[in-house]
Amino acid sequence: MANDHIDITVEPGEVHALLGENGAGKSTLMNQLYGLLQPDEGQIVVNDEPVVFRSPRDAIAAGIGMVHQHFMLVPVFTVAENIALGHEEIRGGPLGWLDRRRSRRDVIETSERYGLPVDPDALVEDLPVGAQQRVEIVKALTRDVDLLILDEPTAVLTPQETDELLAVMRSLTAMGKSIVFITHKLKEVKAIADRITVVRRGKIVGTASPDTSEDELAALMVGRAVSLEVAKTPAEPGRSVLKLSGLVVDDDRGIRAVDGVDLEVRAGEVLGIAGVQGNGQTELVEAVMGLREVRAGSVELDNESLANLNTKQILRAGVGYVPEDRSHDGVVKEFSVAENLILDMYDRAPYGNAFAMNHGSIGSNARERVEQFDIRCQSPDTAVGTLSGGNQQKVVVAREMSRPLRLLIASQPTRGVDVGSIEFIHGRIVHERDQGTAVMVVSSELDEVVGLADRIAVMYRGRVLAIVSPDTPREELGLLMAGITGNAPEEGTK
Amino acid sequence: MTTEAPVKKDAEQKDEESFLSVFTRNLWSSNTVTVTFLSIVLAFVIGAVLIVVSDSEVLAKFAYFTARPADALTASWTLISTAYSDLLKGAFGDPEAFNAWFSGTGTWQDALAPISETLTYAAPLVFTGLSVALAFRGGLFNIGAQGQAVIGTITAGVAGFAFGLPIVLNLVVAILAGAIGGALWGFIPGILKARTGAHEVITTIMLNYTAALFLSWLVLQKGVQDPNRTDAISKAVAESAKLPSFGGVLRVHLGILLAVAVTAGVAWLLNRSSFGFELRAVGANQHAAKTAGISVAKTYAVLMAVAGALAGLGGATQVLGTAYALTPAVAGNIGFDGLLVALLGRNKPWGTLWAALLFGALRAGGNRMQSYSGISLELVTVLQALIVIFIAAPALVKAIFRLRATRLVRPGASLAKG
Repeated sequence: MANDHIDITVEPGEVHALLGENGAGKSTLMNQLYGLLQPDEGQIVVNDEPVVFRSPRDAIAAGIGMVHQHFMLVPVFTVAENIALGHEEIRGGPLGWLDRRRSRRDVIETSERYGLPVDPDALVEDLPVGAQQRVEIVKALTRDVDLLILDEPTAVLTPQETDELLAVMRSLTAMGKSIVFITHKLKEVKAIADRITVVRRGKIVGTASPDTSEDELAALMVGRAVSLEVAKTPAEPGRSVLKLSGLVVDDDRGIRAVDGVDLEVRAGEVLGIAGVQGNGQTELVEAVMGLREVRAGSVELDNESLANLNTKQILRAGVGYVPEDRSHDGVVKEFSVAENLILDMYDRAPYGNAFAMNHGSIGSNARERVEQFDIRCQSPDTAVGTLSGGNQQKVVVAREMSRPLRLLIASQPTRGVDVGSIEFIHGRIVHERDQGTAVMVVSSELDEVVGLADRIAVMYRGRVLAIVSPDTPREELGLLMAGITGNAPEEGTK
Repeated sequence: MTTEAPVKKDAEQKDEESFLSVFTRNLWSSNTVTVTFLSIVLAFVIGAVLIVVSDSEVLAKFAYFTARPADALTASWTLISTAYSDLLKGAFGDPEAFNAWFSGTGTWQDALAPISETLTYAAPLVFTGLSVALAFRGGLFNIGAQGQAVIGTITAGVAGFAFGLPIVLNLVVAILAGAIGGALWGFIPGILKARTGAHEVITTIMLNYTAALFLSWLVLQKGVQDPNRTDAISKAVAESAKLPSFGGVLRVHLGILLAVAVTAGVAWLLNRSSFGFELRAVGANQHAAKTAGISVAKTYAVLMAVAGALAGLGGATQVLGTAYALTPAVAGNIGFDGLLVALLGRNKPWGTLWAALLFGALRAGGNRMQSYSGISLELVTVLQALIVIFIAAPALVKAIFRLRATRLVRPGASLAKG
């Protein structure tokens, strides 16, 4: 059961934050409100009238719009075409033609009325993520909605873009629109919400006002007190473990993604890589892991080149890897917890050899790890796909951190992971550092990078713009992430 | 985004439902064996209709159905029941023959002949079924089992008459030759997929034609063709290369025991070996497999070779156990039937074995049904196809039986994301 007898009221002109961990049932609730799912019990009342939504069309007609976490835009269409999609203006009867001019005018009109600048003729694929999101919002507003649902809208934005979005939300509510803001980020909730409803395991566990402290909100969300700060002592960096010089890597489309990166990760330190998603971090990490071709430059582990090694050899050389996309690259969902825990060590003692596997030691390893890493599952034989995101991530973390490592690469180690598990995973990463492992953490969550890292490298458009201390002011880091260095905006970064 | 719909609360509404409906629902949700069984039942029901429709005498009685319905119904029932009882007798044995054996008037060979036929037809299908099933678990759709089996018949057959090795050794060499031939034929699409990404469905279909045409050409060549014949048939395999059988009416040969042993081997390979782990990981999520250091390309190439070897063994049993000589149609349809068998067996080794036995039984029973009741052997093909269609379209079976979908409500199942 994803939602268990939830009562929620949204007043006109308010930002109502729906706060909860991943899997708490926030999206399920909002999908019912938007007509994507039908409630089994209970009803939806809009302006004092009970309504039944069979599809998003009904919801839009009743004045409810939604901006999904993953944008529902056609990349090769223009902004105006995307906005018109679904309620195209037709001229000349049912067999008429598209009235592009009118669609275009509608877009301009709406964008001016709400102060949301969008270029109606730009192709969506050419727009940065923040602008795409604005297109989604304009699209909802052209349908004359009174209630706008924003599902995790800040997950893909830079700090500056987030600030802009919050400003847009304020101006919309000033015009009488209501907003449901789904998130698990406490800072944003406190900055914008008029009322906060906290959901846990499909139930409402409390409502709070924006002046509730972050710790209290987190405790409400998780159901116990959690520490939001990463507890760690100053690093004691040793020898240089990973050394990248002049690294050049292309992405899947053959476009240069990493463009001459020099980096060094030392034993016993955490190097954080900050940056908005899609600035070459993914390709950088994949190149180190032997998953992507190195076009130029070198990758050295303890002064030995990794260039001619395959992924298996790199892993066996003492590199741990937590991939950024857990369900795509991290786990085999059909496999059991026990099998996933040895996914990269299945043919090595004690779990097996080149020929056969040893199910006894695989089972005992699983029981040990489940205990040690607090993986909540019915049994080690449960399929990983049935576990919550946080527990799936713990499986990956347990797998990668339960052997002696020289280097640990953790990409987005806590994406889609609940607050309680975040605390645990951060603790394990710091523990690994204190054992003398060189750690590289890649994250688009600035809080995470700042909390974990001993040094921060900011990546922008395939280059490392600067390496700074974690004490650097947020604003400065935000500017660096947007590609703006120290003094004046650099030429050619456009 | 949440992908799973909220769990419907039907528990409260169940009180007024009849015992029967609750029973059928429980039956349904219990296991897939039930689905398979119901699919078979349904196929036989439709088969019965076809039997009646295709018989003009019985159909004539339906012309005055309103006047004397009993006539038409009795005739239909008699026709269907004789046809299906012949099918069963042909597949599993005739009670009268058993009586004759026990009372001393008949021989045990006659009583056991039907089962022998069933096992004879089943043996090659076990191999080709395993070939398809194993490849499928690794994420590959091996349409090429037919071609691999054909190459298997060629290499096994030629090894069977060409070398003149001593007893036992000759048989072992011939069987291995069949496996190696099939493995090579499977390896080609495997390596093409690994190196170039060429889709295995396309390449294996092409190789099926290549194999069939090569066989047609080969059996007419000097040194291969039987010198005493003018038609397309090769020399017979040496006695020492034949799979031992009881002889006479009992055609069943050692191939079926080999099939059971190989099934056990494949089950071990899949669930207990390192290679099985690799192929299952690649089949379920090749990206995660790659990230964990498993070479997807190597797995594809090796997997197709192993699948080809299995299909090649199917070809070898066919030529060394039943046909004893190569003809253009020596492999029959065993490769394509293997696809159906694997599907029916849900790509599990032991399931595939049972499915092959069912197909063998239908085929053996069909022969008797044809000669005793005059029902065309094609009806068996229709039955096989219907069973597979119902398995492949569980929703259809559910709709026909008005059964509910099995809800995968596992305690602790996560709801993807809130």
